[in-house]
Amino acid sequence: MISPKLVEVGRHLNIELLTMTELMSLEGEEGNFTARVLQHPRYVDISKCTSCGECAKVCPIDLSDEYNKGLSTRKAAHKRYAQAIPGAYAISKRGTAPCKATCPAHVSIQGYVALINEGKYREALELFKEAHPFPAICGRVCHHPCEGICTRGDVEEPIAIQYLHRFIADRDLADEARYVPEVPEEREEKVAVVGSGPAGLSAAYFLRLQGYRVTVFEKLPVVGGMMAVGIPEYRLPRDVLAAEIDVIRDMGVEIRTRVAFGRDITHEGLQEEGYKALFLATGLHLSRRLNVEGEDAGHVLKGVDFLRDVALGREVSLGRKVIVVGGGNVAIDVALTARRKGAGEVTLVCLEKREEMPAWDYEIQDALDEGVKIVNSLGPRKFLVENGDVSGVEFKRCTAVFDEKGAFNPSYDEEDLTTIEADTVIVAIGQAADLAFAENERIAVSRWGGLEADRLTLETPIKGVFAGGDALYGPKSVVEAVECGKDAAESIHRYLQGQDLREGREKEWTYEKPSIDQEPYRPRTKMRVVPPAERGNDFREIALGFEEEEARREASRCLKCGLCSECYQCVKACLAGAVVHDQEAVEREIRVGSVILCPGNGAFDPGPYEDFYHYESHPNILTSPEFERILSASGPTMGHLARPSDEKEPKKIAWLQCVGSRDTHHCDNSYCSAVCCMYAVKEAVIAKEHSNEPLDTAIFFMDMRTFGKDYEKYYDRARDEHGVRFVRSRIHSIDPIPGSDDLLISYSDEAGLIHEERFDMVVLSVGLEVKADTIELAQRLGVDLNEHNFAATHPLAPIATSREGVFACGIFQGPKDIPSSVVEASAAASAASRLLAEVRDTETKSLEIPEERDVTDEEPRIGVFVCNCGINIAGVVDVPAVTEYAASLPGVVFADNNLFTCSQDTQESIKETIKEKGLNRIVVASCSPRTHEPLFQETLQACGLNKYLFEMANIRDQDSWVHGDEPDTATEKAKDLVRMAVARAGLLKPLGEKKIPINRRALVIGGGVAGMTAALGLAGQGFETVIVEKEDRLGGLCRDLTSTIEGADLRRYVEELSEQVTEHEKIQVLTNSLVVGFGGFKGNFTTEVLVGPAMYERKIDHGVVILATGAVEYEPTEFSYGTDDRIMTQIALSKRIEKQGADDLRQVVMIQCVGSRNDENPNCSRICCQSAIKNAIHIKESNPEADVFILYRDIRMYGLLEEYYRKARALGVLFFRYSKDDPPRVEPSEEGVKVIFKDHVLQRDVLINADLLALSTGMRAQDTEELATIVKVTRNPEGYFLEAHVKLRPVDMAAEGVFVCGTAHGPKLVTESIAQAMAAASRATTFLSQPEITLSAVTAVVDQERCAACLVCVRSCPFGVPKINEDGVSEIDEALCHGCGICAAECPAKAIELNWYEDEQLMSKVDSLLEGVM
Amino acid sequence: MSEKQYKKSGSVMVVGGGIAGMQSALDLANSGYYVYLVEQSSAIGGIMSELDKTFPTNDCAM
Repeated sequence: MISPKLVEVGRHLNIELLTMTELMSLEGEEGNFTARVLQHPRYVDISKCTSCGECAKVCPIDLSDEYNKGLSTRKAAHKRYAQAIPGAYAISKRGTAPCKATCPAHVSIQGYVALINEGKYREALELFKEAHPFPAICGRVCHHPCEGICTRGDVEEPIAIQYLHRFIADRDLADEARYVPEVPEEREEKVAVVGSGPAGLSAAYFLRLQGYRVTVFEKLPVVGGMMAVGIPEYRLPRDVLAAEIDVIRDMGVEIRTRVAFGRDITHEGLQEEGYKALFLATGLHLSRRLNVEGEDAGHVLKGVDFLRDVALGREVSLGRKVIVVGGGNVAIDVALTARRKGAGEVTLVCLEKREEMPAWDYEIQDALDEGVKIVNSLGPRKFLVENGDVSGVEFKRCTAVFDEKGAFNPSYDEEDLTTIEADTVIVAIGQAADLAFAENERIAVSRWGGLEADRLTLETPIKGVFAGGDALYGPKSVVEAVECGKDAAESIHRYLQGQDLREGREKEWTYEKPSIDQEPYRPRTKMRVVPPAERGNDFREIALGFEEEEARREASRCLKCGLCSECYQCVKACLAGAVVHDQEAVEREIRVGSVILCPGNGAFDPGPYEDFYHYESHPNILTSPEFERILSASGPTMGHLARPSDEKEPKKIAWLQCVGSRDTHHCDNSYCSAVCCMYAVKEAVIAKEHSNEPLDTAIFFMDMRTFGKDYEKYYDRARDEHGVRFVRSRIHSIDPIPGSDDLLISYSDEAGLIHEERFDMVVLSVGLEVKADTIELAQRLGVDLNEHNFAATHPLAPIATSREGVFACGIFQGPKDIPSSVVEASAAASAASRLLAEVRDTETKSLEIPEERDVTDEEPRIGVFVCNCGINIAGVVDVPAVTEYAASLPGVVFADNNLFTCSQDTQESIKETIKEKGLNRIVVASCSPRTHEPLFQETLQACGLNKYLFEMANIRDQDSWVHGDEPDTATEKAKDLVRMAVARAGLLKPLGEKKIPINRRALVIGGGVAGMTAALGLAGQGFETVIVEKEDRLGGLCRDLTSTIEGADLRRYVEELSEQVTEHEKIQVLTNSLVVGFGGFKGNFTTEVLVGPAMYERKIDHGVVILATGAVEYEPTEFSYGTDDRIMTQIALSKRIEKQGADDLRQVVMIQCVGSRNDENPNCSRICCQSAIKNAIHIKESNPEADVFILYRDIRMYGLLEEYYRKARALGVLFFRYSKDDPPRVEPSEEGVKVIFKDHVLQRDVLINADLLALSTGMRAQDTEELATIVKVTRNPEGYFLEAHVKLRPVDMAAEGVFVCGTAHGPKLVTESIAQAMAAASRATTFLSQPEITLSAVTAVVDQERCAACLVCVRSCPFGVPKINEDGVSEIDEALCHGCGICAAECPAKAIELNWYEDEQLMSKVDSLLEGVM
Repeated sequence: MSEKQYKKSGSVMVVGGGIAGMQSALDLANSGYYVYLVEQSSAIGGIMSELDKTFPTNDCAM
């Protein structure tokens, strides 16, 4: 139903859709606002996305599906729903995942974890390597700050991120076909890198990925820098190191060892060899000295040198007792290496306290595990020397390592000395750069003795020379060197391409952590290690890696903090190149004349009231929006009725009404949400239809509020025909039944008795409430809200907000149903249109329809598009088989099927296909032409095909929907229908449409509030308007009313409105006038009016007509009305109170539903509850002593009216319910009007002697029988005009150009009539603002040769169009003809044919159907 | 045409892409105004697109 409208909005030339957008501020004033909007990134380019869904297929991230209310999952790359407009996919992100943001190299950690979780190990590795060349190396040696920030760590322990990338890298190392990143076409430029440590190699790797020719020069005989000669082999096996470096070689990077910069090569020399840039990453390969007495004695070693010597296999001689001086990671490595090299006892001594030690905690733990003794807070005073060799160290106590400013500046207690004996001491207190080359090469040196370069661009003072790594910034980890190398590569690339080195480089990495409240505890998978006792003197690796199962288990612990994991699989999958992961939010300023606010709202969340509702904890307690999805064919259960706990079909379902509405006990929503009663009844009826077994449905309610037009009949049918049970009750508790998935509802009935009943499933009929972000929006815009946070509006200006030029409609204005929302939406449009009438057509665009392709001489080339309609068709009919069959039919040159043929992306693909295949006739096999034909016809027109070269086969409504039990025969029938459609399509001819001018005058029939408001809405935009009123003055029923329940003065309002209308230059009022004749067609009507009192006849030409004939108060025949002055209607009572007050009243009784909700008039009159309560409040306020009794069946104070019901009760108005079959008895007597009724609480009769009895009589439609015949419009059985569509066209009549508003449409309040009148004006404006109208080409044509003037057509036409012309034959005015075809069918001479439904075309369908049968 | 002559803007902003916003947008766009339809989520349709059938006709909401 909404789908064609979605497409219309999506396709409209003058509607610009700004999705994922928020209105941030609104400056200026009505007519001239500047709106500032913030458009959040979609990460998909709408203009490129074809909606193919390939991105979602490869997306590894499952998220809760908001569309299905969390009852199913969707991918991070998603489309909100199948028919969504725009059809483009979107990617959900929540910043960047904390792990990626924190990783110095910004590896897409969540991405590879997600891919591991899906078993896509190779893809995971490829992703890692996009950001980092050493997954195996860092999988062993990284200090993994990512794990420190991991949200899982807030639950119990972080994900083993490091071990997981080691896992994917190790798998690759073991694979015969190792992954070698693809190098693009090689560039000319050569780049030299000095130093083969992680910084230098990374720079080489990323430069190579850009296609540069790179040579790495290494001074040492081995490649890898500190990875090779610093990190001990037991932590990083050399074969692993070599393997990852080999990949860089395989990519085409040349690595030369034993080449020293400044000695073997020079900058100048390199330039001469054609190197265009140079990157220096020479590392820190010298040890710092202590500068303490005896430091140069024998067996005093330098930490860095010691590690390098061991790594290079050089001889090192250690004694039995070794002291390592230093507290950093190098010191730990030295200590553990010393142990492996035969030291019997290793003592690590450092200045810092244990918690201050710069070494990573896990490294310290490793050292302790292996028996290294750690002594803290000691600093060497002197080395003790015997025979030239060290024999021990004398330490002094370190009292503080850092000074007050936090700088490294140790202070000592020189008196507190400790001596430790040793035969070897290794000093590992820090590293220094070996910059022997600097002077000759004129390389700048920094203050601390490292390389000097810009920290962002890494550029040194010499152009084209860059520096990085430890030599630039001091000792750091491998991953930091990787990032530095990557930055260097980017700088060098920009330098070589002549780009700005700085632009856009300072990216801020932000993240947001998800809530972990509900997160279950899942322990981290421990990596297996060689136990410390088994770690001998060899250098075997300690950590053993993950098995596949362990890795999968670990990966599944990820909390998906960033939503999208940035695994970039979608980028690869998207052939259209539409995915843009670095899209950013865009701010825009837009100038507009008016703003309409309809941000909707949210459903009440019962979650916070768990003690009562058990909604969060019990799977079988659902909210109504969730149940709506369960019923839906596109929902989580594909429309199969199943309860979540066990997916079994429920046999008993309960609905609990007023959850989050009319409730100040569990929440603060005292208002009624106005829609829940109806949707609950509907859900119960539909659930019964969906159920295979008999389903028991019970609705627990306080008042059944089915107050809308024809709603009461729906309620009656649900109860009487479908057997839905309605239980008037108060819910006491909802309790899970132990040992089952069922629920026990205990409730009290009207008499206060407690009952219990067991249900399989409970639906909470949750109310509507305004969302927090809507409240913020209103505050930003300066729009006032009422006490319930709905937009504050006035009862006589229902869509105007507190800010001029800003209008509110829909649920934001107050709780309401769809028709009322649509009415208000049109009303708001009318208000904006009136405000901006002078600038109409100044900013719109117009469409050029391409010239029509002449197909007259072409053979039919038919294209058939078969629709799956989700599962609506495909769930029954074998769509591929039908498609295949269609392709085999004569004339068909193309056939395909689509998930939803009506979706916007499919329209585009149909257009493409028409052009590509040269199609000239189109058949769509889907649903009803009634709803979808115009959509497809537009698609034809857009590619130059006449729109009448189109045919539909309805294989849904007429097939899959009605033959659900017989899929095979349904498929055969679909084939028959398609064959028939194809047969007719082959005979279709192009038809021309006629354009005729529109008469821009409006006629309004009825001069009450609705008619006058509609007239002002049109005249205010400059359209001439004529009001025809049958009475002698304007005002209608409203003249009898005093005030609205809110207190707005209706007398004055009607006076002022009449005055405005009478004085308006564009409005002509004809009172005492009657419509006696009506003719013409949309845009060009002529109405004959008898204008009194002289009753002269007038003809009025006009383009549209608005029916606003109103209603009257029902004059009762029941309850002794008319026999006693003390019995009166509510209108009479309000006049009486106005005139006489209520001081003399002691007891007043009111009886509701008089003349409504009965057999004669089954509908609810909507207004009477509020009339009664309004009068009751007036009485109580002026005379609190008076007793007011309201005898009701259901109190229907819907929406915000509920406040007045509460007020009346607070004032002491007494409410007693009576039932339809036991109405009160009324006996007028001298003491008073005796009213006797049964009290349901006391279960006995009560008698009241009333001074006054007010009957709440509701409404009756005006007698419009004759008018309806003249204007040829339909009415419902109660005499109210029947709108074109209850939900979506609530003010349009079926005949185009005819509209309805006010109580002529159905009973309603003045406020509602005003909104509807404005809506009618808006709908009429869509006609009147156009200069011309295009007529359908589907009209009847008379073959005058054959016409025998038999008058059959003249008599049969329901619109009176055929006339016998001067030539004595029938003639049909194509502008008047409705194209119904009756005349064509009736004409005995076959002289009339209906365009597009020619005999030949129709017969071809019949012949084709009976093919092979007859 | 000069800015002065058209002090008012002939465009309207509709905030919210549910059924109400869609109807406002269509009416205005069909009456000679340019409409910016602002929607917070990735697609228009609002609550109505999440419903199965609608009362009182039991028509499919979609």
